[in-house]
Amino acid sequence: MATVGRALLILSLVVAGYGIFASLYGVRRGRPEWVVSGRRAVYAIAALCTGAFAILEIAFLRSDFTFATVASHSSTTTPAFYKAAAAWSSQEGSLMLWLWLLSMWSSLVLYLTRKQLRRVAPYATAVLLGFAAFFAALLVFLETPFGLSAGIVAEGNGLNPLLRHPSMMIHPPMLYSGYTLFAIPFAFAIGALVTRQVGAADWIRSTRRFALAAWFFLGIGILLGARWSYSELGWGGYWAWDPVENASLLPWLTGTAFIHSIMIQEKRGMLKIWNISLVLATGILSILGTFLVRSGVLDSIHAFGASTLGIPFVIFIGILIAASIGLVVWRREALRSENRLDSLLSREAIFLMNNLVLVAMAFVVFWGTFWPLIAEALTGSRRALGPPWFDRYLVPLTLVLVLLSGIGPVIAWRKATASNARRNFALPAVAALVLGAALVALGVGDRPAALAMFVCGAFVVVSVGQEFWRGIGVRRAMTGERAPGALVSLVARNRRRYGGYLVHVGMAVLFVGVAASTAFNDARDVRMSPGQSTKVGGYVFTYVKPTSRITATKDGSLEKISFGSVVQVRQDGKLVTTLRPERSYFESRDTSLGPVGRFFEGEATSEIGLKAGMRRDLWAAMTPDKAALAPQIAQGDKVFGAVSGKLPPKVEAGLLAEALRGLARRYVADPPVATFRLITSPLVTWIWLGAIIVFLGGLIAMWPGERDALRRRAQARYAARVAQDLGRAPRGATTVAAGSSEARS
Amino acid sequence: MQPARKRRIRLVAALSAAVMLAVALVYTSISASSEAVTPSDLQTAQAGVSYQLTGKVQHGSVRTTSDGVRFRVRDRDGTASVPVSYTGAVPDPFRQGREVIVTVRKKGATFVGERNSLVTKCPSKFTEDATKSQQKS
Repeated sequence: MATVGRALLILSLVVAGYGIFASLYGVRRGRPEWVVSGRRAVYAIAALCTGAFAILEIAFLRSDFTFATVASHSSTTTPAFYKAAAAWSSQEGSLMLWLWLLSMWSSLVLYLTRKQLRRVAPYATAVLLGFAAFFAALLVFLETPFGLSAGIVAEGNGLNPLLRHPSMMIHPPMLYSGYTLFAIPFAFAIGALVTRQVGAADWIRSTRRFALAAWFFLGIGILLGARWSYSELGWGGYWAWDPVENASLLPWLTGTAFIHSIMIQEKRGMLKIWNISLVLATGILSILGTFLVRSGVLDSIHAFGASTLGIPFVIFIGILIAASIGLVVWRREALRSENRLDSLLSREAIFLMNNLVLVAMAFVVFWGTFWPLIAEALTGSRRALGPPWFDRYLVPLTLVLVLLSGIGPVIAWRKATASNARRNFALPAVAALVLGAALVALGVGDRPAALAMFVCGAFVVVSVGQEFWRGIGVRRAMTGERAPGALVSLVARNRRRYGGYLVHVGMAVLFVGVAASTAFNDARDVRMSPGQSTKVGGYVFTYVKPTSRITATKDGSLEKISFGSVVQVRQDGKLVTTLRPERSYFESRDTSLGPVGRFFEGEATSEIGLKAGMRRDLWAAMTPDKAALAPQIAQGDKVFGAVSGKLPPKVEAGLLAEALRGLARRYVADPPVATFRLITSPLVTWIWLGAIIVFLGGLIAMWPGERDALRRRAQARYAARVAQDLGRAPRGATTVAAGSSEARS
Repeated sequence: MQPARKRRIRLVAALSAAVMLAVALVYTSISASSEAVTPSDLQTAQAGVSYQLTGKVQHGSVRTTSDGVRFRVRDRDGTASVPVSYTGAVPDPFRQGREVIVTVRKKGATFVGERNSLVTKCPSKFTEDATKSQQKS
């Protein structure tokens, strides 16, 4: 099957090459049948990649160790759920996922626009096929997922225990969906530039939903990564300004800017160069993100890297940047604004400021991430920047961004009058200032950045809430509906607008959570024996007793040994909660280690103890001192080393299990001191709650409404009538009537 | 004021602001960053200066202390190593042979790790030498 998989990838590469030629030849020579053939090449690649990806997944699910990647990333004892996810835990598997998602999304957009954008789409098809060809070439020549194992492999290495988390199933596909979806606006922007259609709203309208979907999926991916980090990695944080995290944030920031500024182009024909630059930058940053993750060019906590991919990626990104800049310069005449900014007190101006802030944030993140390389080029030595540097710039920028997200939705287009400003901002400003004064009275004033974020957050929530309230009032006056019904119909009739408002509220809630949990968290690393207590953030954590357990896999073999603890948390003498953090040790596959010691030298994971709440999270992780068990482990290794191979395997496994159970009992009976990380952190739940609101809003904004379809049909009918009146629709009038928008231009 | 002149003034103001910001960014980047080094680079390290040390945790060097852990970090592809003393809980993936990044300052003969600065690379490949499969494609 590996041969079939590889053949499918080679075929994908060949078809991509053909499709690029067919699309470009068709559009340059006016041969629509070639253009159609080019588009079908994308569908064919989607089918081929689906086949290749299915072969890889089946190999993982069947534990087919003839596939080298299955042998190194899965095992027969890996649970089926994680076997499926293990496919993208490898470099080659994740590149395969990238290509498959790209081919699927590309097929979808080209299918949906098959009767529109007849001049732009062939170039966009060629660009998308160029992306596909690049990744297919990587998979064929450099990192094949269909390589064969040398010799017979009885058992694989298994999926890294750190990756055995439900997020593993969703987090990478979400991130990759975001990256690949951003390639779509990029491709259509290139097509629009080549065909001088850049001022037309058609390509923007057709790809806007894909840009929103990219933003949506990438955002979910980022948040899931943060949540995974918080709940699994045993350090208690959710963001570390690590290069791989930053790589995903960069296209999200520029994509967010684009989603906003594109509205100004649609409404007022302004900011065309800015918008096209943002689309192109976002597409390139998505590839750059993949490059950063996959090349290992920067030191990161995520060691996915393989340097063999660095050079092809640099060349590819270089081509994309050169082509993008060249096209924008070449088409600068077509990118002139149709209008000018009338006033700084207008929605356009606020959107522009929001864009500047988002781009500044992206620039700071980019600069900080690539600083080791920049510094090396400037000074000859690599230097690295830590979280305080990022915070110095990004905290004030985020404050401004949140504030603008409360002003933008309610300020008038073109020019806001003083009465308009008073009407819209009096209540939110008063509410925010009252909250600020109350918080100062409560002693929050010593954390000015957090206080400012609370005030800005309140401003946004009240501002947007007021807008909803007014909308509901108008609907009730018009239709006599009850308030809940009026709210539903209000949102349903203008999903993009009210979905966007909800996103703003969600972001405000999320950043309030970030500000509170950063400024007011209390963390302590402390060593305790049973019975000892320590105070963290007004709570008393008591290490009550140790625990231990051994977990077996379905086939009865030992999976892990866990040493844990029961920790009671009290406030003012009252029991608040009981946490049960533990640390699990997985068997190493290194046969040079002793049979018992092997269980303590493999991967180790923390199962944290967490009591999450709307007000405060209580968080605990623990690391037992294994050194205290070293004599017993050494003794066990000596005994089992002596009898190894002399006993039947089943008997030996049974004895080993009994020895480990003995160690586990000993740990409980005579517990060594353990190191605890204990954290009390306020409003962390608000981050996840805010994220849910953001994505709910995003979903509402993306969801196609009935009015979209009605509008499209009406526009198509009008276009067909105009075309017929002008006598320019001798053939394909029915096709035009079905939706061509270019007939109008 | 003439529109052309107004535009020129705006452009100059915007460019001046951008240049000032860029200078601030470069200045703070240089002053706030730590030199990224390997253990062999640290043989001539100065006391009190902050370095971002990258390397592998030397086999058999990890010792738990009353407030943290002591270990040696060696070059990825070499033999030079330096002792590191780190206070606090270590990340989950930390163990001998793992690649780590830690911000350190020289104190006597030891390099003291900055609190919360220790990161251990999270391997996506769970490969072990003994059973590592080789591709023959």
